[in-house]
Amino acid sequence: MFIGHFTERPYQDPESGYFGATGRSITDLTMSNASYDPKLGARLYNRYLDEKIYAEEMGFDGLMLNEHHSTPFCMGGVMNLEAAILARITHKSKIVLLGNILPIWDDPLFLAEELAEIDMISEGRLVTGWVRGTGRESVAHNAVAPYNWERFQEAHDFIIDAWTRPGPFRWEGEHYHFRYVNPWARPYQDPHPPIWIPGVMSRNTVAWAAEKRYPYVMLATELEPTKESYAYYTEVAKEHGYETGTQHRGYLFKVHVDETEELAEQAGRKFVQGPSNPFLEGNQGVVRPFIQNLPGLTQRNNLLPTMRSFAAAASRGRVAQHKSETKKPTEQKKPEKFDTYVDQTKKYSIISGTPKTVIPKVKHVLETLRPGSIFFWDGDGAMSHEDSMRSLRLMGSDVIPAVREIADELELKSPFEVDPKTNQRIVDSNTSDSPDNSSESESP
Amino acid sequence: MQGSSEFEQLQITIPTGDVAYIKAGHGEPVVYLHHSWGSPGALPFHHNLIATGFSTTIPDMPGWGGSTRPVWARDVRDIAILIGIAIDTLGLGPVTLIGAGFGGYVAAELATMSPSRIARLVLMGAVGLYPDEGEILDQMMLSHRQYIQESFRDRQTYVEHFGEEPDAQIRTLWDLSREMTARVSWKPYMHNRRLQHLLPNVTCPSLIVYGEKDKVAPRSLAQQFEKILPNAKLELVPNAGHLVEFEEPKVVADLVCEHMRRCS
Repeated sequence: MFIGHFTERPYQDPESGYFGATGRSITDLTMSNASYDPKLGARLYNRYLDEKIYAEEMGFDGLMLNEHHSTPFCMGGVMNLEAAILARITHKSKIVLLGNILPIWDDPLFLAEELAEIDMISEGRLVTGWVRGTGRESVAHNAVAPYNWERFQEAHDFIIDAWTRPGPFRWEGEHYHFRYVNPWARPYQDPHPPIWIPGVMSRNTVAWAAEKRYPYVMLATELEPTKESYAYYTEVAKEHGYETGTQHRGYLFKVHVDETEELAEQAGRKFVQGPSNPFLEGNQGVVRPFIQNLPGLTQRNNLLPTMRSFAAAASRGRVAQHKSETKKPTEQKKPEKFDTYVDQTKKYSIISGTPKTVIPKVKHVLETLRPGSIFFWDGDGAMSHEDSMRSLRLMGSDVIPAVREIADELELKSPFEVDPKTNQRIVDSNTSDSPDNSSESESP
Repeated sequence: MQGSSEFEQLQITIPTGDVAYIKAGHGEPVVYLHHSWGSPGALPFHHNLIATGFSTTIPDMPGWGGSTRPVWARDVRDIAILIGIAIDTLGLGPVTLIGAGFGGYVAAELATMSPSRIARLVLMGAVGLYPDEGEILDQMMLSHRQYIQESFRDRQTYVEHFGEEPDAQIRTLWDLSREMTARVSWKPYMHNRRLQHLLPNVTCPSLIVYGEKDKVAPRSLAQQFEKILPNAKLELVPNAGHLVEFEEPKVVADLVCEHMRRCS
C-alpha cells in the first residue's frame, strides 16, 4: 500500500469576504487578481511546504501536488516549483505530481527538463502524472480546446522520447516541432519516473492509461462509480492482454483526523468552506459550464460512470449530461434542510473523526475499491494550519500504521511493490537476493 | 426559418469532402457565407435578393452544418481555400461574395487570394482584422445563448428569431459550430494580423455594412476595412446589431442590390 497526502493549497483570505461558511461564492474565472495579496501568498506557500515536510515525518509515502490556473482554490499554478523545493527539503517520500496539464504546454521540452531536474534533485523520488485539464486551464493558458486530447498524447510521446532516446533528434509532429531535442538533463530513474494518470470522468483517458498500463488514480469520486470506472480499466486491460491488480488502481479521498469527534466535525465542515472549489462538493461556487466544457475539449458522449455524481459533473461543466444520466429526478431531490457535510460523510466522500472512527471507514473504502495507492485529501477549504497539523500528527501515530495493517490483510499492493507494467513483484534489493517472478493480478 | 422551402437542398463533393448548400433564384450569382454559429438557412434577407433577380447560394462552410469537417484545418485561410474550391466546383464565379461576421473574415481571406472568383465583396459585421479600438466579443467566454443574444440589437429580437428556449437542433448546431470555430480561430481569436497587408490588393468593389449597435464586432473594424480596401463603401445600419441581415433584411438587401447595380 502506498499512502500519500494531498491538499489543494487554497488561497485562504478571510478578509476578502469570499471565504468561510457564510462567505460569498466565487463565479469561476471571474475573480480579479487585483485583490491578491502576495504577503498572504508567501505565508500560505510556506505553510503548505511546512505541512508537506511534517507529512513526510509522519510516515506518508507520497506528497501529492496538483495544478490549476487563475483560481483561488489552488495555488499550484507552478506545481513543478513546489516539487523542486520538496525535492531538496524532504528525504524519503515520493513527490507525486497529479498532474501536469500537458495540452497547455506549448514547449513540452521545458517540462521534460523540469521533471528530469526534480527527479535528479530528489534522487529518484518523482512520480509524474499527466492530465488534460479542465476548460479553466485551456482558457488561462489559451490552449486550443479542440486539440486538447491530440496535444496530450503527442506531448506524452514527445516527453518519453526526450527522456529515453539519445539526442540530438528532430521532432516534427502535428502540434509540436523541435529541430534539436537534446536536453542536458535526464531523469534519475531508469528509464524514467513512474507515470500515474489521475482523472475523474473521461473514458478516453482511462482507456489510454489502461492501454499503457499506467496506474489510474480516481480523484475523490464516489465509491460505486469509481468501482465501475476501475472495471472499465480492467475491461480495456483484458483487451490488451493483461489482468489488472491493485497496483493499477489509485484513489484520492477526503480524510481528516482529530483529537475529539467535536473537533473533527468542526474541522471536517471546513472542507465545504473556504474559497469556492468546483472539485469540493458543497462549495463549488458558480461553475460556468460553457467554460469548463469548452468546445471539443472532450467527446460529449464518452464519459465514465462518475458522471452520475453531481459534484464531478458540475466540476467539469457537465450538468446537462448528469441530468440525462440520472434516472429519476426525485432521486436527486435534496431534503429541505440539506446538510452537504452530513450527506458527504454518509457516502464516504468526507471521512472525519478520531482515529477510532476514521480507521473503520478507511477500511470500508479499501475493501470496496481495493486500490494499491491512496491519498488522504486534507487541510483544504477553510482548514487552518493547526487543523492540518493535528490531523497529520494523528495520521502518523494511529491511522497510517493501522491502514498499512489493513492493506496487508487485504493484499493491496502498490506500484512500488508490484510493477504495473509486468505484474511482477518488485524485489527490494536490500532484503532479497533472488527475484520473485510470481504474477500479481486480480479482478476488482 | 420562413420561406426556406423555395431553396433546394444540395450537395457537392470536393476532394476534401462534401459541401452542403442551399440554392434558389436566377440571375447573377451571390454566395453568402454564414456566421461562426452556422448557417441560418434562408432568411428574409436572402429572399429579398432572389426577388431582385439574383441567384443565391448558401453553403455550410466546410466543418459546419452538413459539410464534412476538414479535421486538418488549422486556420481560417484553410476554410477560405475550400470555399474557393467549392465556388469553382459549382461553376459560379465570378460571384458577389457576402460574408457575415466570421463569414466576412473567410470572405476577406478568399478575396486576397482569388480576385478572379469575386466580382464584388460584401462584408457584413465582418471580423478578421484586429480592431484599432475595442475587442471582438469572445464567444468562448459566453454561453451559446448569451453570445447569440449579444449578436442581436436587443433581447426581444433574439426571442423573435430563436424563441425563449432554442430547440435542440439549434443548440446542437451552435455547439458543433463553436467547436469548428475554435479549431480554426481560437487564437488569434477572430483575426489575422497578416490580412491587413494583403487586403490593399483586393480591388473589386466592396461594400462594408455594420449595424450601429453591433456588440460583437467593434465599429473601428468597419472603418479599418473601409480604409484598407481600395474600392470600398461603408454603410452603417441604424438600429441594427451584429446580425444586420437578420434585423434589417430589407434595408440590407437594398444596400447589397444597390451595390451590385452600381458596380455592374
